[in-house]
Amino acid sequence: MYAQMVKTAGHGIKPRDRMTPQERAFQDRIDAGEKIEPKDWMPDEYRATLIRQIGQHAHSEIVGQLPEGNWITRAPTLERKAILLAKVQDEAGHGLYLYSACETLGVSRDELIAMLHAGKMKYSSIFNYPTLNWADIGAVGWLVDGAAIMNQVQLQKTSYGPYARAMVRICKEESFHQRQGFSIMMKMAAGTPAQKRMAQDALNRLWFPSLMMFGPPDKDSAHTAQSMAWKIKINTNDELRQRFVDQTVPQIDYLGLERPDPDLKWNPDKADGKGGFDYSDPDWAEFFAVLKGNGPCNTDRMKARVDAWEQGAWVRDGLSAHAAKRAARSAQQTAAQ
Amino acid sequence: MEKNAALFQFLCRMGDNTLVLGHRVSEWCGHAPVIEEDIALANTALDLLGQTQLWLELAGTVEGKGRSADDLAFLRDVWDFRNLLLVERPNGDFGHTLLRQFLFDAWQNIILARLTESRDQRIAEIAEKAAKEAAYHVERSSGTVIGLGDGTDESHRRMQAALDRLWPYVGEMFCGDAADQTLAAAGIAPRPEDLRSAWDAHVNAVLDAATLARPDSDFAHKGGRDGTHTEHLGYILADMQFLQRAYPGAAW
Ligand SMILES: [Fe+2]
Ligand SMILES: [Fe+2]
Repeated sequence: MYAQMVKTAGHGIKPRDRMTPQERAFQDRIDAGEKIEPKDWMPDEYRATLIRQIGQHAHSEIVGQLPEGNWITRAPTLERKAILLAKVQDEAGHGLYLYSACETLGVSRDELIAMLHAGKMKYSSIFNYPTLNWADIGAVGWLVDGAAIMNQVQLQKTSYGPYARAMVRICKEESFHQRQGFSIMMKMAAGTPAQKRMAQDALNRLWFPSLMMFGPPDKDSAHTAQSMAWKIKINTNDELRQRFVDQTVPQIDYLGLERPDPDLKWNPDKADGKGGFDYSDPDWAEFFAVLKGNGPCNTDRMKARVDAWEQGAWVRDGLSAHAAKRAARSAQQTAAQ
Repeated sequence: MEKNAALFQFLCRMGDNTLVLGHRVSEWCGHAPVIEEDIALANTALDLLGQTQLWLELAGTVEGKGRSADDLAFLRDVWDFRNLLLVERPNGDFGHTLLRQFLFDAWQNIILARLTESRDQRIAEIAEKAAKEAAYHVERSSGTVIGLGDGTDESHRRMQAALDRLWPYVGEMFCGDAADQTLAAAGIAPRPEDLRSAWDAHVNAVLDAATLARPDSDFAHKGGRDGTHTEHLGYILADMQFLQRAYPGAAW
């Protein structure tokens, strides 16, 4: 999930009899499955929560370029290099759609970026982990994009129209990302002993951070109920995490890699007898430490983004100064005619 | 120079230019001044990479030793690379990267248009595809050079500094040798010297609109087209070839 631990604005769900008529009408529209559009009335808390969630999602796409970008110049073949570059370019495009969706709520892209750089907004914890060998590029596509898809598929049904439509576009590209990641893993897992070692190492390191992408366990996430009532969250963290585990374990086996957690075992009694895999909890203390800024790459990631922004200021200023000059010149020309 | 050897050399020159420049451009990924530029730079790098595949694949075919495009890209050392020195220059600031791109695009756009008329059908076909991309690149880089040259005082100063710094690497694009003569005589590729006036016309017009002063030196650093490179190429290859060198024979 690219938006984890999004704090819901307000104080929990308001009972229906304490809602204003306007709030009640709004909730009725959501319950009826209608989409909320930018010009529609919406509660301030709904707007604020969405800005946090979509903004965090957008930031994740942009910061998420960095761990994969780390291997573009070292990709092992021309074809792998092109696929990776195109993938990372897609992520930048996702960032753009999402910033645009967020702008419909009345906050500009520049403001959102300023909040990220000031540490007032977050991005997904997963991007604070390093990509240490080439198989990490496979594992990121397979696990990280895989987890993102779990989340984003359900968000296609989210109540806010521009967000839902951005998700539809994004989901199409994400499944390609996941497939290319898995294709790297297949090559590596079936390759030389060194390649196999890289594949296992990448899986072992990225498994628990991928599980963390869905956010803290339901029992500890205070914000889920209101967000679900507003349909800006459709499934709970634990539901999505379980779905991800159930989908991924057979793929690990298929690759012939060792399961990264000895407790990953099929449990036929789970999910009211439908069955599901048991798994160990990730280290939640580590998760909170990473969110606080103490992940292995937090400072490097933020420095890279802040540097890019600050060192690019003269370019943005130069291009807008030029656009202003041109506009002035053509206005002058029109006046002279 | 014997024709097949000249042809192999020419194809390496074309493919190494796009390979090395594509590598440099891809270094920007995630670090550009705005997201739109990040996407545009990735686009350029992708086009260059696609062209590399075509040129080097044909080079391998012409050479006839069974080397693939990947073999040529990942398993040659510096002295066998035939790219212009210009494209291996470090990125510097965004203006420097963009100006390097502009100088190259202006040249590539012209040579590719000429190569669409090559008597070697395989070259004409690659040029046909690449020319469309190059036409877009030169339009974009020209527009941005104008925007930043004629932007703020700072952007103007930075663009002029980049132009002055890179200018000595322009001349190499137009210095032909015996291999070029052989191919020109066979109607396969134009003489590099013959591309200069069209390049000058385009570049002068853009620099003019950008309010940038064309440096008046015609000193040219040379050597890349013959395999004598700057110190920078070794590091590019160390980066690019790492996996293929560290794990020989593995499939990726
Ligand atoms: Fe994405
Ligand atoms: Fe993705």
